[in-house]
Amino acid sequence: MRVEIENLTIAFPTATGISHAVRGVSLDLGNEKLGIVGESGSGKSLTARSILKLLPRSAQITADKLSFDGIDVLTASESAMRAIRGKRAGLILQDPKYSLNPVMTAGDQIAESWRMHRKGSAREAREATMDLLAQVKINDPARVFGAYPHELSGGMGQRVMIAMMLAPDPELLIADEPTSALDATVQAEILRLMEDLVARRGMSLILISHDLPLVSHFCDRVAVMYAGRIVEQLGAGELAQAHHPYTRGLLDCMPALSQPKSRLPVMTRDPAWLL
Amino acid sequence: MITIENLHVRFGKVHAVRGISFTVPAGSSFGIVGESGSGKSTVLRALSGLNDDWTGAMRIKGTALAPGRGKDFFRRVQMVFQDPYGSLHPRQTVDRALSEPLVVHGMDDHEARILRALSEVALPASVRFRYPHQLSGGQRQRVAVARALMAEPEVLLLDEPTSALDVSVQAEVLNLLADLQERRGLTYVLVSHNLAVVAHLCPVVGVMQGGEMVEIVSRDDLRAGRTVHPHTTELRRLSTELEEA
Repeated sequence: MRVEIENLTIAFPTATGISHAVRGVSLDLGNEKLGIVGESGSGKSLTARSILKLLPRSAQITADKLSFDGIDVLTASESAMRAIRGKRAGLILQDPKYSLNPVMTAGDQIAESWRMHRKGSAREAREATMDLLAQVKINDPARVFGAYPHELSGGMGQRVMIAMMLAPDPELLIADEPTSALDATVQAEILRLMEDLVARRGMSLILISHDLPLVSHFCDRVAVMYAGRIVEQLGAGELAQAHHPYTRGLLDCMPALSQPKSRLPVMTRDPAWLL
Repeated sequence: MITIENLHVRFGKVHAVRGISFTVPAGSSFGIVGESGSGKSTVLRALSGLNDDWTGAMRIKGTALAPGRGKDFFRRVQMVFQDPYGSLHPRQTVDRALSEPLVVHGMDDHEARILRALSEVALPASVRFRYPHQLSGGQRQRVAVARALMAEPEVLLLDEPTSALDVSVQAEVLNLLADLQERRGLTYVLVSHNLAVVAHLCPVVGVMQGGEMVEIVSRDDLRAGRTVHPHTTELRRLSTELEEA
């Protein structure tokens, strides 16, 4: 499985003209864990979602190349995309509270996802669901199977989301701020779980986040986005060698426990970064 | 300035805050960290008068707080919430939001006070007649801070004031809060789940878990890793692990 993006541009028509949200992004993803980091509005989510063609209707998207495992996403029909979405590439969103169906039990939602893509009997689906719940390290799968989303904590809900995405056995997992709504201890658990599952199943992962240290800790490679462009790409553990002033600024302006700062450096945004 | 002794808060059968005590000297800051459901925001809400169902003793400047506070209390103690979009009225201009505390507390000279407040939080005077949706997240949080300052308070209660902001904007708001404290001698109680943010602003930090304050630790001890309770050690480990990456 390989994702190739060349010169991707995403624009939206607005009352005052065309607004470019993503401007000439190129990425090549093999079997690895790629992090995309940036602030609100940097275009990180749009870039990742373009792979699944899950963009707002008004989006104008152009690219020299946008392909998922050789399939040209730009010209692919809706039914061809449906064969990719969920089945070959799963999407995990930020807040399980909003992305799970509130009137369906967790188990039924996972089983539905499994049956949709695997075409098995209800009993097989149930067994597979129990197995998936155990794989995402839920101690009491039978209880969680019958629980509604509001009866689950944030961390549990996110595990259910992950189990649902794993059901069709995808080759690529796109996680859009998967732990931003979670506490630090739960966040660490969910990331460890994802790391473990990705390694065990040989999946590729795109992790989108605003948290640069977190992502570089976890991914093989990090792309830093600013105003619709990738300004810098870094390998794991190369954070200290980041040289783009924006990346440095992001790192410097965070308060740190280990190094006290009497005053936080404030980022001065150079208009040249936009060019 | 603020003394809290043996504070308990119950919601029906749920015992959300279980006998916590701490003191904050005037002009200083006290930080409360903990995970969701640990009771940290509940402490702040009881202190601010948003929840009257508590037992124990709370004093501000030696005056005991009772359920049902006088108007003067609500002038002296102000609160800033996490999400400035949720805490500012969407159909009121910045001008209206800033005038309200002045009207409530019968203060004069609105024009000058509003302009001064805007410049104090480093907002251009042009935002005065804008609506919240016309401002960025950081500007909105500045308006929320300005609104809290209108009534000339002595105490600011800050509930996750930077959690909804990007890190670059967070730095600006934290610097602003530090400047205001120095200039006006304000006393802060800051609640956050982010240990680094709390340690940046507060010399003393209380760690909450399951409704109890399991440890009160100085910033220096926390930085050096001289922590006693396992929960504090765990939170510190998670925070420093990422910094070292």
